[in-house]
Amino acid sequence: MTERVGIVIVSHSPEVARGTADMARQMVGSEVRLAWCGGNSDGGLGTDVAAIKAAIEEVFGPAGVALLVDLGGAETNSEMAIELLEESQRDRVVICNAPIVEGAVMASVEAAGGAPLDQVRATAEELSP
Amino acid sequence: MTPDVICRFIDAAAAAIGEHAADLTKLDRAIGDGDHGINMQRGFDAVAEARDTICGLSLPGALQKIGMTLVMKVGGAAGPLYGTLFMSMGKAAPESMVGIAEAATALRAGVSGVAQRGKSKAGEKTMLDVLVPVTEALEAAATEDAGLDMALAQVREAAGRGLESTRDMLAIKGRASFLGERSVGHIDPGARSSQILVNCVCDIAAELSNNPAEPA
Repeated sequence: MTERVGIVIVSHSPEVARGTADMARQMVGSEVRLAWCGGNSDGGLGTDVAAIKAAIEEVFGPAGVALLVDLGGAETNSEMAIELLEESQRDRVVICNAPIVEGAVMASVEAAGGAPLDQVRATAEELSP
Repeated sequence: MTPDVICRFIDAAAAAIGEHAADLTKLDRAIGDGDHGINMQRGFDAVAEARDTICGLSLPGALQKIGMTLVMKVGGAAGPLYGTLFMSMGKAAPESMVGIAEAATALRAGVSGVAQRGKSKAGEKTMLDVLVPVTEALEAAATEDAGLDMALAQVREAAGRGLESTRDMLAIKGRASFLGERSVGHIDPGARSSQILVNCVCDIAAELSNNPAEPA
């Protein structure tokens, strides 16, 4: 399990994040370490750097972590979260430029197949124009 | 002088953002997701809560702590942007503020950080449309060796002009960019919050020059 890339889903909405994780898990079960987070620290729509960092740490392993995000703030807050990680972890965490739901499902399947991080990201990003 | 500037700024910024939160929300509702006011208020309230800790730090430390607090608490796209502004300023700030030239250097570093974080520049209907002209006004004042009053007047004028210039810009960054042409005719909320913060700093600088602070 620890050799597989971990997946983190970051949405402005906790419901979207949870639902996306459910859909990804439908495809890969417990083969892939997967975490989700959504909403700001007040529980409203938005994203929370501390929650994102915790989610990354939860699924981190030697194969690294791929993040799927929705809109702009989710991406920049995820970047901030990555910058707060241990130095040894930072360059093994990437944010995929992919639609969040489809990207999460594709990335999870790719990760379950044992693909390395750059391949997991590339597969997810094939979905973007 | 350093702790006093920071303490006063924290108090003034929290008050000003709180006062204008509804207005910021209204601007953000017009061309965004309507959360800029409440997000900025959450962020600056958290800074105000940490006031005593922050005031005890050096100028660079205080600016970086303000930045990190904003990153952790704002919760929207503005968090990383304002957080980076303060953190980058902090990294470039001298141990204690000396004058206009040092302020200009620190702000230029802050603005570069924001531009890099947001992958943006002036002219794209963002906070940079206030911050870049303000930085340029400060740099000009430093080069011309302008007095404080003149510098502050030029900074305020640059901020106001920058804010107004966003009205007719087309948004190509952030949520406003989803509106396309419909973003035209509206002031940018991030530019407005930047102008509010710039005016706070100008007010404090004027106050302190009229009533020099006691040594720390």
